[in-house]
Amino acid sequence: MTGARGTAVRYGFLALMAGLVVVFGLLEPGFLTVPSGVFILQSVAITGILALGVTCTLVVGGFDLSIGAVATSALMLAAYVMVVWEMGAAAAVLLCLAMGAGVGLANGLLIVRMRVPDLLATLGMMFVLLGLQRIPTEGNSIATGMALPDGTAAAGTFAPGFLALGRLRLWDVLPLSVVVLLAIAVVVWAFLELTRHGRLMYAIGSNAQAAALAGTNVDRYRVAAYVISGTLASVGGILLAARLGRGDVASGNNLLLDAVAAALIGYAVLGASRPNAFGTAAGALFVGILLQGLTMLNAPYYTQDFVKGAVLVAALVFTFALTGRTRRA
Amino acid sequence: MDGSAIRVRGLVKAFGPNRVLRGIDLDLPPGTVTVLMGANGAGKSTLVKVLCGIHAADAGAVSLDGRPFAPASPAEALRAGVVTVHQGIDDGVVPDLDLASNLMLDRIADGTVGVASGRALRERARPLAEMVGLSADLRGPVGRLPLADRQLVAIARAVAQRPRLLILDEPTSSLSAAEADRLFALVDRLRARGVALLYISHRMLDIRRIADRIVAMRDGVVSGVFATKPLDAAGAVRAMLGRDLSEAAVRVPEPGRAVLAMRGAVLRPGARRFDLEARANEVVAVTGLVGSGKSALAAALFGLGRPAEGTMTLDGAPYAPASPAEAIRRGVFLVPRDRRANALVADFDIARNLSLPFLRRHSRGAFVRRASEAALGARMVAAMGIVCRSPRDAILTLSGGNQQKVAVGRWMAEASRLLVLDEPFQGVDIQARRDIGARIRATAADRATLVLVSDLDEAAEIADRILVMADHSIAGEHRNEGLDRIAVLRQATEARGNARGTAQGPAAA
Repeated sequence: MTGARGTAVRYGFLALMAGLVVVFGLLEPGFLTVPSGVFILQSVAITGILALGVTCTLVVGGFDLSIGAVATSALMLAAYVMVVWEMGAAAAVLLCLAMGAGVGLANGLLIVRMRVPDLLATLGMMFVLLGLQRIPTEGNSIATGMALPDGTAAAGTFAPGFLALGRLRLWDVLPLSVVVLLAIAVVVWAFLELTRHGRLMYAIGSNAQAAALAGTNVDRYRVAAYVISGTLASVGGILLAARLGRGDVASGNNLLLDAVAAALIGYAVLGASRPNAFGTAAGALFVGILLQGLTMLNAPYYTQDFVKGAVLVAALVFTFALTGRTRRA
Repeated sequence: MDGSAIRVRGLVKAFGPNRVLRGIDLDLPPGTVTVLMGANGAGKSTLVKVLCGIHAADAGAVSLDGRPFAPASPAEALRAGVVTVHQGIDDGVVPDLDLASNLMLDRIADGTVGVASGRALRERARPLAEMVGLSADLRGPVGRLPLADRQLVAIARAVAQRPRLLILDEPTSSLSAAEADRLFALVDRLRARGVALLYISHRMLDIRRIADRIVAMRDGVVSGVFATKPLDAAGAVRAMLGRDLSEAAVRVPEPGRAVLAMRGAVLRPGARRFDLEARANEVVAVTGLVGSGKSALAAALFGLGRPAEGTMTLDGAPYAPASPAEAIRRGVFLVPRDRRANALVADFDIARNLSLPFLRRHSRGAFVRRASEAALGARMVAAMGIVCRSPRDAILTLSGGNQQKVAVGRWMAEASRLLVLDEPFQGVDIQARRDIGARIRATAADRATLVLVSDLDEAAEIADRILVMADHSIAGEHRNEGLDRIAVLRQATEARGNARGTAQGPAAA
């Protein structure tokens, strides 16, 4: 690859992101303020956490379509635990995390043991969860005072400690959800890039047979990737529940597509051409910046999906057409 | 000779700063088999890709039957009558389609065959299958066929195109001796029909059997043309390497203590029971036809599959690995066959490919120590003689021989008790083969070494002792001094009475 083109491929995406910030800042002075920045981070926190999870499955050459459904299931489970079972915040969080890990384990075993292709297994799991989360409440949203199937009213409430997860701001500025996103991003990045486990997962994604013949327990790492993905999706669901304060059956519709888009946009960051945690975080941030800027410039809300789609397609072209490494046979 | 089918003059092709072809002049007369020899990286593959329309030349002229020929795409080259069977076999087949559809794929694609199903299609496909000696069920999916049969499918498709020039890129590398013989017979028929053949191979056996001319390439130019019979193969090797090849003489050392012992082993139900012993400071070659059970032996040793019966001991202790990880822990390493499919991680650089099996050794806790990995990369690049700019080069920028040195070097970075190498010379030029072989022998003192090869020349080049495998059992044993090749070949083929396919007489070695 020639120098100029190599540099363009490597830094083009980040330069574009910086350019966007400058342009939006010039057009709309309100854009370059702390509240605006915080709003962007908050808007991408949940999507970003899910995207980091799906990145782990992409690294091992898989895909997890169930993350959105896991997140909304966690949302409904948290509400059910606190409102119907009247348990505390810690119980709700732990049960949600266990549910996410359990779904990830089930996904992993379906793929590794039952040999179901990843897309199909996680698609099936998505359907199961979308249906399952509505059964206990007969399809209704969960809120304090709602009528239960047995005729009584639900007496529990969202624990204050739980709501704080979605509403607390450190130093009155930084929402806790953003801190969680940043912490998870750093941990996932370090895991994938610096540890031998991450290295072996990349090896599996590139050539599973070679990894297996080098003594790697390929099945175990594959399952682990789905457990990570499921667990992080449930973290996203917990934060969503804490923000909403009720178990809303209709929320979280866009989570899957937004998260997948962020992870795929991440391929283009720093010319990686492969799933990577830094790129995923940058991809999520990019979408957030673009949407916030356009919203401030009074672009209507219904153009958002179009913008996201266009960004995704552009990033994919960038990744696959421009970084096509010159290979000689 | 007049009226060359293909005439190449001054062909130049560069990739970036890398000038791969630097003025090729080449004539390929009709009815002639021209063998193209060249070390990995000499530009053979690039030349083929220009001829078959994958790359466009930067300069120079190619003419086909006197008319200028500069195909813009592989399809255009195909229409003009230049047909290529590439080395990557799966380029030539669609695994999920049945055999008949695969054989007729070009006819289906160009619309000659309208309804692509049923008996009519099989009727038209049958002669093609017979022509190359394919006996598999025409209705079965190609993905289930063994490698050799898939290779024959690709060749049958190519021949069905009625080529003017047929390019075969290492066509025998996955064929057994009997299958290769069928291919040679086909080549003879095409030659008689007046087809120009360009045949790329490293195997002396092939070259002696079918070559009318040898063209040697080195560093992007033709370095020698040998057309007078008897062909000067040694001269061609010299022209290809630019110097004499030192003879790889094996001096059989005194073997040490037994490391591996297999007792009463039965590799698959019904196979004959055998014993096998491998000692320290000894290189044992296991040779046999494709399908003779060499891979099953490797699988049993490396924990990929258990033999049906029998016991193994390693340094006197019972050995029955349940997984590669357990085999590695016990010090049994396997260099698998087919480096691209089984060994190399395409996304990793050289150092990362080298460190893959022993990553724990280069980690502190869970974290990889980059300095330790870099040191490993530098050490193994030097030890194996890997030609590269730096250990951080992407693995696929290397030539085939150097890729193979990485695949082998990975397992030489740590001391082993038993090193098993399955076809370590596959797709490797003679010089790299000698380098790798010398390295294997130089490090063999403290371990037992098993080299599984189907080519007897390769076995004789590397081993102290040669075991002949047939029908999943050991059919003979030879000390590599004054080797009786005819006896070896007889043992390898005679036992195949009940095996798949017919055991034809082996080609003269």
